[in-house]
Amino acid sequence: MCGMNKKKKLKSNLITYGMVIAAFIIVQILQSTGHLSSLLQGLLVPICVYVILAVSLNLVVGISGELSLGHAGFMCVGAFAGAIFTKCTQEAITIDLLRFVLAILVAALAAAVFGILIGIPVLRLKGDYLAIVTLAFGEIIKNVINVFYIGKDANGFHFSMKDQFSLGMEPDGKIILGGPQGITGISKQSTFLIGVILILITLFIVLNLIDSRDGRAIMSIRDNRIAAESIGINITKYKLMAFTVSAALAGVAGALYSHNLATLQASKFNFNTSILALVFVVLGGIGNIRGSVIAAVILTALPELLRGLADYRMLIYSIVLIAMMLFNWAPKALEWRERYLGRFFKKSVKEGE
Amino acid sequence: MALMLEVNNLGISFGGLRAVNDFNVSIEKGQLYGLIGPNGAGKTTVFNLLTGVYKPDTGNVVLDGQDITGKKTIEISKAGIARTFQNIRLFKELSVLDNVKAGLHNHHAYSTISGILRLPSYRRVEREMDERAMELLKVFDLDSEAGTLASNLPYGKQRRLEIARAMATDPKLLLLDEPAAGMNPNETQELMDMIRFVRDHFDMTILLIEHDMKLVSGICVELSVLNFGEILAQGATSDVLNDPQVITAYLGE
Repeated sequence: MCGMNKKKKLKSNLITYGMVIAAFIIVQILQSTGHLSSLLQGLLVPICVYVILAVSLNLVVGISGELSLGHAGFMCVGAFAGAIFTKCTQEAITIDLLRFVLAILVAALAAAVFGILIGIPVLRLKGDYLAIVTLAFGEIIKNVINVFYIGKDANGFHFSMKDQFSLGMEPDGKIILGGPQGITGISKQSTFLIGVILILITLFIVLNLIDSRDGRAIMSIRDNRIAAESIGINITKYKLMAFTVSAALAGVAGALYSHNLATLQASKFNFNTSILALVFVVLGGIGNIRGSVIAAVILTALPELLRGLADYRMLIYSIVLIAMMLFNWAPKALEWRERYLGRFFKKSVKEGE
Repeated sequence: MALMLEVNNLGISFGGLRAVNDFNVSIEKGQLYGLIGPNGAGKTTVFNLLTGVYKPDTGNVVLDGQDITGKKTIEISKAGIARTFQNIRLFKELSVLDNVKAGLHNHHAYSTISGILRLPSYRRVEREMDERAMELLKVFDLDSEAGTLASNLPYGKQRRLEIARAMATDPKLLLLDEPAAGMNPNETQELMDMIRFVRDHFDMTILLIEHDMKLVSGICVELSVLNFGEILAQGATSDVLNDPQVITAYLGE
């Protein structure tokens, strides 16, 4: 019985990985045969960014069961940490790929540190209160970076929170982070291939974490905190673990995002971005990792693909939102999926719900 | 006989209300001990004091020679007290097997990294956990439901699963909070047999809160009766149940 369960889980995970790889191959074929519009090509990396963001947020919202509204904040930390690292090591590290990989690691680490720092006070709260405070922290991160100046000259680094002149640099000094102007001249490193690899790594980490002793502890706290405590599970430790891993992965999404742009500004990582990530998670099915991937892809691509429809664009977008909501949550739709889709794919539709 | 649990002068107040006052009890190893009393007498509060949900204002708790007064719930769980709840508290979205494996959490460990990277220690320990959990499920006759979501189990089986999960923590003392609540006479009879079986099979010391007099008189050797947070009577079950004071306070005149 438990062996069968294991196999089912493994199979479900393999389908998720397979979907991502299949999508990658299809896109590659379309690209090489010239069937991919430049609009879509420009969307490939952002789609990867939002898939990673959605999967990472689902770890907090679906698996750990805490509503976080500040996820863009961690993405912001990752984006800037990665971009600053790249700018500072432009000369020191000559191999582009190596520099980018290191930048992604730096981004993940920086976001994880913020995850721990913010998680310690925030995770004492529950429900709505936690949501409100994470929202506040997300905005604080964005606004602090928005007024932060970093410059570098022969004497080393200079920091200021006033303006670039108060950095007090030598004339040869270079501004790395320019407050509201953000960072300019980041070398464009993100590619669709790297994006897909990062998605696969993210999925690997999240899916394996869920299906382990730690994941069980995290989900048991979600299901019943008091009972989890009574069997000796450390509530703070596991809540913080989920929150930190999630923050680190959001940081990875941020680095992928920032290395796809020429200029990076903190104002992009606002409340709307956090909500967008939450929309992906909710519509894909809370706790359903594969659903997050699908929802992020569809909902990132759709507004751009519908551009030709001009005025009807947002109308269709909202209809798709409602349809996805029904498909994933309405009892009748679930029943139908179970009966018809379940027969063909033999995959457990119910899991994750 | 060696004592498993010794509670002296335990008390707690909530605001002006003295919820439990001067509670004393001594439970020998392997004993089945009952705690009864009318609604609101403070029985569950005693459980919450024993398991560290509340910190006592006065008194001390000694488990198997170890003072556990005022310790945290996690530490008390590690020291060896496991419990069930009056209103069942299962991990509803986890399978029956995973509920028990969650109970094994502190006895079978591997690092987070080996969990994510699926290192050999992950495979080995998970297999151990599966085997141990299935053994326990078999004992509680739940092995055929291992893959079912806990919330999909019928009521009686949910009660059994909660006990199985508590037993997975390998406790010295098991606290059962109204295990027969909501059960019909047949189910209660089965439950009585099962509690006795757990005591014998695991050599367990059990303290249980119960309203069902048939169950209490059937399996408990000794009893404490709590009324308004204070001990009204204590001793051998038949003596206590025939105590006129107890009959007046609890069973009705």
